[in-house]
Amino acid sequence: MSARPSPFALASFALLASAALFPVLTPNPYYLGVMALAFVGALSALGLNLVAGYAGQLNLAHAGFVAIGAYTVGILTVDHGVPFWIAFALAGVVSAAAGAAVGLVSLRLRGDTFAIFTLCVGFILYLGIEKWDGLTRGVVGLMDIPAPPGIGPVSFATDRGQYYLALGVLAVGVWLMRRITASLVGRSFLAIRNGEALAQALGLNPMRTKLTAFVISTFYAGIAGALYAGQVRFLGPDIARETRTFDALIFAVVGGMGTLLGPVVGAVGMSWAIQALQGLQDYRMVVFGPLLVLCIMFFPAGIVGALEARFARRRAALAEKRLAEAAPVPGAAPRGSHA
Amino acid sequence: MLEVRGLTKRFGGLVAMRGVDAAFPPGKISAVIGPNGAGKTTFFNLVSGTYAPTAGRVLLGGRDVTGLRADAMARLGVARTFQATALFDGASVRDNLIIGHRLRTRATLWDALVGSRRLAAEERACRDKAEAVLDLVGLSRIGHRLAGGITQEERKRVAFALALATEPRILLADEPAGGVNPGETAGLAELMRRIVASGVTLCLIEHKMDMVMRLADHVVVLDHGERIAAGTPAEIRADPRVIESYLGVDAAGMPP
Repeated sequence: MSARPSPFALASFALLASAALFPVLTPNPYYLGVMALAFVGALSALGLNLVAGYAGQLNLAHAGFVAIGAYTVGILTVDHGVPFWIAFALAGVVSAAAGAAVGLVSLRLRGDTFAIFTLCVGFILYLGIEKWDGLTRGVVGLMDIPAPPGIGPVSFATDRGQYYLALGVLAVGVWLMRRITASLVGRSFLAIRNGEALAQALGLNPMRTKLTAFVISTFYAGIAGALYAGQVRFLGPDIARETRTFDALIFAVVGGMGTLLGPVVGAVGMSWAIQALQGLQDYRMVVFGPLLVLCIMFFPAGIVGALEARFARRRAALAEKRLAEAAPVPGAAPRGSHA
Repeated sequence: MLEVRGLTKRFGGLVAMRGVDAAFPPGKISAVIGPNGAGKTTFFNLVSGTYAPTAGRVLLGGRDVTGLRADAMARLGVARTFQATALFDGASVRDNLIIGHRLRTRATLWDALVGSRRLAAEERACRDKAEAVLDLVGLSRIGHRLAGGITQEERKRVAFALALATEPRILLADEPAGGVNPGETAGLAELMRRIVASGVTLCLIEHKMDMVMRLADHVVVLDHGERIAAGTPAEIRADPRVIESYLGVDAAGMPP
């Protein structure tokens, strides 16, 4: 292990530092709002990326679990007077519990079948929220959700407070995700994605491994939903729609599926891209669509994925060079594949 | 010692394996041979727990392990390699091997979240294991290379390394020398002898007859899902049923 900080650590530090300085440079509350919402999207995409990017199980019900988290906060605070932060914590737990139940059934399926099944589960969750008036107030929506109360001297009532709250939760989310993905647990997710038969032959229990990824992913979704509820303070059934899942998926794909910072880079980048194209009004999708296609054509592994591949190639080439210098072996020159 | 008795597998109306008996003597190299579609890979899938047999029993060291899932079999010490090994091409060979030892570790999600000492120790153990198996299969020199950039023969060796990282007692190798040239095949045969010398019982499926005949101590011949012969390479070469269905007349006249 080298004592030098890894590229990941440097990149995270740079991103965090610039995000922390952003409100100082731009006090514009509208921009802060866009960023705060992008952070919520990043947290949601981070969860989806674990199950879809690392474990290879494309869960298209993701937005449904974000909605479960959001509605947990909304219903508990508005209708039952539960303190916000308790509801916030419960949002993650309720979503993860729902995730465990859905995962146990749906993860018996593989590949495309799993994706289609979860797409249907997502729609059922949406319909459930829309039709269950007594609990969710249906299409009318849930209004007047309290803003997150301050903790000690820190207040979250202002735009700036909301911004830092979302940033803080996202930073913790990335940090924990880093611990998970860099560990043996994270490696078993990757092994399942690479090939379930081989992973099982290596002694991994595929169901347990996939379910673990699924439950963690839905916990992240629940917390993202809880943040959303405290930020927007109004909830309608539309947040459970499949389009919201695809938003999170696009964040992860553009940033880099199966990379740690990809979803964050994707969420922030895409949120600003959408804002920048706002002036085109109805025509913005005409520009946005081809942009997305170009991005996927030239960066199939996403922005962070492309960077990581570069680093990995360079590391391999450096190791090759060091090895050649230490003990020259005839015929062991670095090969073309590392160029 | 791994043993199967009356192993049968039906897929609907199709009988893929019918009443096969076989035993794999410990510390020896066994080979399963047979024409395409004879049921060799099905046989491995049944023995390793990928499929549950319709009838018959699988015994491991005298214990009935019939119907155990593949991951449970791996923990009991039955490892296998596949004809094609799906690796994470963007990571180094060394990193790809770390997961192979996961089944001998106990760290949970909680250990990962709190960054426990147990996890750190087990990750070190996995890295050490990866290094040891790299050395055993003769790939220490290319451990740093990206898995996407290694040769077919190196991939075959990585497949062995992954399986060996699970600390198996028995290793089932599906076409370990498939798609590599004759010089490399000799190198892989050498590797298999080294693996057996390290105390692992080896059983392979192989199409390269000369290699099987020189390498194996014990040969099982399958055809149409049935065992048509079993014995030493010399016995197999002389068996009229084997000659008729598989080796052909020319092979029978081949010098040993």
